[in-house]
Amino acid sequence: MIGTGAARLADATDVAPVIQPLAEASGVFSYLWLLLALPLLGATVLLLGGRRTNRWGPYFAVLMVVGAAAYAVTLLLGMLGRSADDRAIGQTLFEWVFVGGFTAPVALQLDQLSIVFVLLITIVGSLIHIYSLGYMEHDPDRRKFFGYLNLFVAAMLLLVLADNYLLLYVGWEGVGLASYLLIGFWQYKPSAAAAAKKAFVMNRIGDVGLSLAIMLIFVTFGTVVFDEVFAVAGEANESTLTWIGLLLLLAAAGKSAQFPLQAWLLDAMEGPTPVSALIHAATMVTAGVYLIVRSGAIYDGTIFALTAVMVIGVITMFLGAIIGSAKDDIKKSLAGSTMSQIGYMVLAAGLGPVGYVFAIFHLLTHGVFKANLFLGAGSVIHGMNDEQDMRRYGALRKVMVVTWLTFMAAYLAIIGIPPFSGFWSKDDIIHAAFEVNVFVGVCAIIAAGITGFYMTRMVIMTFFGKARWPDDAHPHESKPVMTIPLIILALGSMFTGLALLFWGDIISWLTPVTGLEQTPLPFPTIILEIVTLVIVLIGVAVAIAMYRRDVPVEAPQDVNILTKAARNSMYDDAINDVLVVQPTYSVSRAFVGIDNKGIDGVVNGLAAFVGGSGERLRRWQSGFARSYALAMVGGAVLVVAVLAVVRLP
Amino acid sequence: MNPENYVVLAAVLFTIGTVGVLVRRNAIVVFMSIELMLNAANLAFVAFARMQGNLDGQVIAFFVMVVAAAEVVVGLAIIVAIYRSRRSASIDEPNLLKY
Repeated sequence: MIGTGAARLADATDVAPVIQPLAEASGVFSYLWLLLALPLLGATVLLLGGRRTNRWGPYFAVLMVVGAAAYAVTLLLGMLGRSADDRAIGQTLFEWVFVGGFTAPVALQLDQLSIVFVLLITIVGSLIHIYSLGYMEHDPDRRKFFGYLNLFVAAMLLLVLADNYLLLYVGWEGVGLASYLLIGFWQYKPSAAAAAKKAFVMNRIGDVGLSLAIMLIFVTFGTVVFDEVFAVAGEANESTLTWIGLLLLLAAAGKSAQFPLQAWLLDAMEGPTPVSALIHAATMVTAGVYLIVRSGAIYDGTIFALTAVMVIGVITMFLGAIIGSAKDDIKKSLAGSTMSQIGYMVLAAGLGPVGYVFAIFHLLTHGVFKANLFLGAGSVIHGMNDEQDMRRYGALRKVMVVTWLTFMAAYLAIIGIPPFSGFWSKDDIIHAAFEVNVFVGVCAIIAAGITGFYMTRMVIMTFFGKARWPDDAHPHESKPVMTIPLIILALGSMFTGLALLFWGDIISWLTPVTGLEQTPLPFPTIILEIVTLVIVLIGVAVAIAMYRRDVPVEAPQDVNILTKAARNSMYDDAINDVLVVQPTYSVSRAFVGIDNKGIDGVVNGLAAFVGGSGERLRRWQSGFARSYALAMVGGAVLVVAVLAVVRLP
Repeated sequence: MNPENYVVLAAVLFTIGTVGVLVRRNAIVVFMSIELMLNAANLAFVAFARMQGNLDGQVIAFFVMVVAAAEVVVGLAIIVAIYRSRRSASIDEPNLLKY
């Protein structure tokens, strides 16, 4: 197996992406809009139907997503039946914007890149919907929950199926909205409400990047439709492409929780665990990677923006890993892991045509094993009565066997043990990184080692060691409605990599859209794979050595400065506060001051002036008739004098 | 017989009347001064009529006399009413219509 992989990566390839002409949607593809309509219908019925739908609503929602998943599979089979250069299908629903020279239709584009996303979203989404039937069973607002989940699926599908940037933006905003609604689902908890606001506001900053990028694209190319833009992307001048690339990077950083907009992701764990699994692990946070890879034609013309993407990816890869190593809350540790793995994907995307395909490949495998990890964590949390602190876990493998085994499958996948799925995708990224820059490749390997460390730490603290449970805890295995999706996802964690690579050949599936360049390395690929594996095993060993002895229930306070910083998420909240929040408050206070003292001051001052003069003038009304008479005489004299002066000459 | 002299006389009478209105405290005397002013205006009208050679000024003088009479009726009625309630004819004392 390893040998086959090495041979695969050793060939030199240079495949340019092609702008495939969009075939008209017919036959099995003519109901492409159903992919959007089904979850949207689910959301509408549940959210507008209200309490009447409480009993059957969740099942209806599950049905909608499962239906979309089934249709997506038939679409895939339809696409497989077509020849490799004829796989792009377009379907225009209606003309949306046509103003002057600017047209943006509501049109869907199904090509090799979007179908893999559609499958990921709908299949993993279905499993998470089914899991939520069990997880949210006792929640009185579960109908609303499923409505929001369906809304999210609809918006995310719109994002990946859009054929122009403006429609993508609609989906982009939609997933941001769904994220806000779902993070703050338990809105009576102030921490959840604040986390939802934080996520939305930080996303918004990225959205500014996307709107500016769309404007710039329209000004430069005269259109926002993907195929039309990418066809002429090579002709624009490099600095324009660099600006577009950097703005798109800002958008991706906001949505995918990359540095410097990463602070919201850990707080987003306030939402229910299925939300963390679906949105903040498998799908929404990967939208940024989709944006960058889809805009590959733009990035190909600007080395500067690509390097920026790569640098952001590397920084976040380490940032997430370090944060994940120090958090005691199981969900926050997984969130740090997500941040780090998306850093891998962004790094791969930043390598240019060398890495686009592998970014998507890792995105797919990560979607499966990260959802697995989060749902497994949810099962543990559910069984431990909503306790999320790993220091109160321990020895759960004896009590929650299925959860433990599925978690282990995902664990082996994420740290990259062959032949589990993560090994294939992560090693491909490391290989691609070495093709571009040795230093980046070394960074990727080191981050893999840290991944091994923090995941092992998590597994040992949760499932091994001595039981440190609180006195009233009765951990129990979860119901089948929760464990069956776990088992399915575990099978995915084990076999997705192999299936996609050797049975399905994901690389050549995606290359018509993304392109692929590969140069052989000066050393055999198998050396790379062995070195990576060794570093990972070192990380695992360090974690075992540190945590196999008793884990203190209260977090020790006498730790080194890096651990302290990592426990505080590398002070990202403090940094954001100093750099952004306080200046914004100051500006806001200044404007309020101007409004209160300046503008109101002028208006109130005028009123006071009128009032004051009135106060003084009224004393002339003394009541003495003779004073009035004097005034009249005085006025008459004045008038006569003026007349005399005027008429005299 | 220069009619201009009569206009000057009218001006002098008017001024005397004005001063009377402003200076005297008794309401009846103030009224008298007002009457003096009105008659000064009448004199001026008649003198101008003579200077112009037509009778328009004299006609207006008739109107002024009627208006003066009506005004005196109303004014004296008010003064008598005030005197009845206050036992004083000073125009300085009723100063309640003030700020």
